[in-house]
Amino acid sequence: MPVLEPIVELARGLWTTLRSMAEKPVTVQYPEQKRPVKPRFRGRHVLKRYDNGLEKCIGCALCAAACPADAIFVEASENTDEERYSPGDRYASTYEINMLRCIYCGFCEDACPTEAIVLGDNYELSFTDRREAIYPKEMLLEPVPAGGAPTPQKTEPGKFTRSVPEMKDPAD
Amino acid sequence: MTKTVTLTIDDQQVTVPEGTLIVNAAKMVGIDIPVFCYHPKMEPVGMCRQCLVEVGRPAIDRATGQPVLEDGKPKIQFGPKLETACTTPVSEGMVVLTHSEKARAAQKEILEFLLTSHPLDCPVCDKGGECPLQNLTLAYGPAESRFLYSEKHHAEKHVPLGDKIWLDRERCIQCGRCIRFQEIIAGDPVLSFYQRGRDTDIITHSDPPFDSIFSGNTTDICPVGALTTADFRFGARPWEMKAAASICSLCPVGCNLTFNTRREAKAGGKVVIKRAMPRQNEQVNEIWICDRGRFNWHYVEDPSRLTHPLVKKDGKLEKASWSAAIEAAGNQVKGNQVLVVASGRLSNEDLFNLKQLADGLGGEALLYDSLPGGELTTRYGVSAGTNLGDLGAGSAILVAAADLYHEAPIWYLRVKAAAERGANLVIVNPEATRLDKYAKKLVRCGKDEAAAKVRELAAELTAAENLVVFFGRTADRNLAEDCAALLQGREGRANNGLIGVWPRANDQGAWELGYKPVDPSTGSGQALAQAVKGKVVYLAAADPAGDDPQLAEALKGAKAVIVQELFPTKTASLADVVFPAQAFTERDGSYTSGERRVQRFYPATPPLGESRADFAIAAAVAAAAGLEVEGRSALLVMDKLAAAVPAFVGISYRKLAEVTEQWPIVGRGDLYYGGTTYENRQGLGVQLNVSTFKRSNVVRGRAL
Ligand code: SF4
Ligand code: SF4
Ligand code: SF4
Ligand code: SF4
Ligand code: FES
Repeated sequence: MPVLEPIVELARGLWTTLRSMAEKPVTVQYPEQKRPVKPRFRGRHVLKRYDNGLEKCIGCALCAAACPADAIFVEASENTDEERYSPGDRYASTYEINMLRCIYCGFCEDACPTEAIVLGDNYELSFTDRREAIYPKEMLLEPVPAGGAPTPQKTEPGKFTRSVPEMKDPAD
Repeated sequence: MTKTVTLTIDDQQVTVPEGTLIVNAAKMVGIDIPVFCYHPKMEPVGMCRQCLVEVGRPAIDRATGQPVLEDGKPKIQFGPKLETACTTPVSEGMVVLTHSEKARAAQKEILEFLLTSHPLDCPVCDKGGECPLQNLTLAYGPAESRFLYSEKHHAEKHVPLGDKIWLDRERCIQCGRCIRFQEIIAGDPVLSFYQRGRDTDIITHSDPPFDSIFSGNTTDICPVGALTTADFRFGARPWEMKAAASICSLCPVGCNLTFNTRREAKAGGKVVIKRAMPRQNEQVNEIWICDRGRFNWHYVEDPSRLTHPLVKKDGKLEKASWSAAIEAAGNQVKGNQVLVVASGRLSNEDLFNLKQLADGLGGEALLYDSLPGGELTTRYGVSAGTNLGDLGAGSAILVAAADLYHEAPIWYLRVKAAAERGANLVIVNPEATRLDKYAKKLVRCGKDEAAAKVRELAAELTAAENLVVFFGRTADRNLAEDCAALLQGREGRANNGLIGVWPRANDQGAWELGYKPVDPSTGSGQALAQAVKGKVVYLAAADPAGDDPQLAEALKGAKAVIVQELFPTKTASLADVVFPAQAFTERDGSYTSGERRVQRFYPATPPLGESRADFAIAAAVAAAAGLEVEGRSALLVMDKLAAAVPAFVGISYRKLAEVTEQWPIVGRGDLYYGGTTYENRQGLGVQLNVSTFKRSNVVRGRAL
C-alpha cells in the first residue's frame, strides 16, 4: 500500500519525539546544577595542608621543572621556628600557576615529593583579564582544616628538624 | 720528553704519559669512571672505593722475563680483586674494564652502601640538580635499597661551619675532599674528621670557625649537599638559573667567574644575580675563587645606586634628562683645563675613552688611589706565556710589601703551590703573612729598609732561571724601582716579570693606557688637592671627597666637578653634573689583570634605571665638547684601543673570546670529577706583550 507508507513513517517519527519528551534529560541546568566529576578528573590545582595547618609544599620547584607548559613559578625561602610555613627547612614564598598556560596534564602532581599539589575538581576557570589567570599561592592553598592553625606558625624549637618532612611510608 | 704508556680501556687504545692514573687516562678519552673522593687537583687517597674497575696486566714468564703469548697476543692476567682506578697508575699493555659486569656490580654496591645513610633531601637540597651523588646514582646505582629505612643514620642538619658555610652532617659521605682541599690546596688546615665509622663528622677547629678565605670552594667540590653556602641558601634550583660569564672586579688577579641569574618575585620581578661561581682558567684562577669574589658582588644591587642623571641648579642637584646633563657637562669641559681622575674599577674601554677626553681637551688623566711604580709594570711586567702554574724548581718568586692572602688571595694560592713545587720564595714584608710558612727566606723589615733589603737579595734572586716579583700595598717608589731593577734583561720573557698587587681590578689597564699616578711618590693625597685647583675635574668611579675631608675641601676650589658613579658618594654631592654608571655586571667590557691578561666580561643583568656604561658616557660628553670618541659599543672601543695602544696590538673581542681545551675537564657531565666550577667557553683572555720600543729604559737616572 504505497499511499499509507508515508503516514506510517510520519507516525513512527512522531512517536519517537513523543517518547523522548517523557524521558529524563541527559543535560543539566548549569550553573544552577553541577554534575559531579570523576575521581580521576584533573581540574584546578589545590595546595594541600597537613591537619595542623602547615603547608605540605616545601618549595622544591620540582612541579615547575616537570611542567611541560612552564606554567608554574616557585620561589623558596627558609622556615624558622618563629615563622614556620611547612614542616621542613624550606617553603614556597612565591607560588604561582598560570591557568592559561596549564594543560591540566597532572605532571606537577606526579612530581611533587610531598603530595602538596593536587589537581582538584574545579573546572570553572574563566577570566576577563589575562593577569587574572595567574593564581598566586593564597588562591591555591586550601583552607585551614578544623583544629589547625593558619601559616605562618610559631613552633617549638627542636620539633621540626628534618629538611624534608618524614613521609609515613616512603614507598607510598 | 716524558715517557708514554699505551694501554687499553674498554677496548679503546690510549697512550698517556707514564704515571697517569687510570681514572685520568679514561677521562682523557671520554670514558667515565665514577669517583667521589678523587679530585684531579689533589693526590688520590682511595677512600670511597667508588672507582673500582677490573685491571689486567700482561703475564710475564718468570724464567725469561718476557710476556707470555697466547694465540700470538700477550696473555692478560686479571687480578682476583677489583682495583681503585684513582690510585692505580697505568702500565704498559694494561687492560682496564670499567663497565664489565664485575666492575658495575661493585660500583652499584658502593652506591647502595653510601645511600644507606643518606637522607632523601634532594627536593630541598641546594646541590640537587648538580649533585654527583644524584647523577652517579642514576647512572650506576641500584634502583632500590635493600637496607631498612628505619635504620638510617640521623645526624645534625644545620651546622654553621663558619658564617659562610652550612654543614649537613647527614648528607656527608666522608669523602674528605673538603678537608684535603683546605689542607693541601688552601694551606688552611681548619677542617678534619671527628669520631669514626657511621658517626664520622666534619668539624672545624679554628677560631673563628672555618677560618679560610677559600672556604666557598669546598662547596664546589663537595660531591653532595653537605656543604652549601649561606649566601645562596635556597636561592633557586640550579636548572632555573641562567649563566653569564664575568671577571671578578675585586682584586687584580682577575678570576674568571660565572654569574647565575634569575628573574625573581622577591626583587619585584627583576632579573637578579643569585650566585657567583668560578669559571675555569688554568692560567689565572684554575678552578677556584676566593670568598670575596664569591660573596662580595652584592654591592652592584645596593638600593642606593644612582638611576638617573643629576645636574646642579641653584646649588642643588636635581634630576635631569640625559641630553640636558650631557649638554651641561659638554659646556663645562669645552675650552677648559680638564683633569680626569679615574679609578681601576673601570674597564679598559672606559679608561681609554676618558683618556681620550682628557687628551682631546689638552688635559691630564690620573689614576686615583694607586700604588707607586705602575708604569714600571708596563715595561717589566709579565708578558705573554706567563703562568704562575709553570713556576717551580729553578724559579724564584719575591713578594715584597704585600700580603697576598688578603690582597689577592688566588695569587697566594698559586705562589704557595709554586713554592711547594720547589720555587725559591722570598718574602720581604713588615708583618707576618700566611704565605710566610712556604717561604725559603723571610725578611721582616720596616717600610724604609725594604728597598735596601731587596737590593741585598738581588744576587740570589737574579740567579734563578725565572723570576717573578710581586710588590704591593706598602711599597714606596724606591722599593718599586728596586723590584723592577731585578728584572732587567728579562723583559718580554715568559714567566718573568713584575706584578703590582694593585688595590683595584683594572689598575693595570690604566697604567697600560698611560694614566699618571696622582702623586708619583705616594700614590694619592696632597698632590690631588693641588692639582684640582681651578680646573674642570672629571671623576669616574673615584670618591676622593669621601676618602679624605681635605680633598672634599679642595674640590670646592675646582672650576667644575663632573662625576660618573654607581653610588651617590660624597664627591657626587659636590658635583655640578652626576651621571649614573652601569655596574660591570650590567654591560660588557674588559679588565687587564695584574698579570697583564686582558679578559672580557659579559652582561649578566639588565642595566639599572637609566644608567649607561662609563665608556658611553665619556664618549657622549666628548662629543658634546666637539671631540670624536667611539661610544657605540665596548667592542668598537676595544678596536680603537687596540689600534692606538701598542701593548694591545692584535687584541679584539673575538680574540679575547678564544678558548682552548683545559685540563682537568670540568663542567659538562663531569660535575662528579672536577666539581661545579663552570667550563670556560667564553674566553681565556690574552696576555699583553711588553712593547719592545720601551725596552732600553732608564729608571731614576740609573741605567738598568
Ligand atoms: S597540570 Fe601539567 S601543565 Fe598544568 S601546571 Fe601541572 S604540570 Fe603544568
Ligand atoms: S608543590 Fe610539591 S613539587 Fe611543587 S614546589 Fe611544592 S613541594 Fe615541590
Ligand atoms: S662535607 Fe662534602 S666534601 Fe667534605 S667529606 Fe663530607 S661529602 Fe666530602
Ligand atoms: S682572588 Fe681576587 S679576583 Fe679572584 S675571586 Fe678573589 S677577589 Fe676576585
Ligand atoms: S677510591 Fe677512587 S674515587 Fe674514591
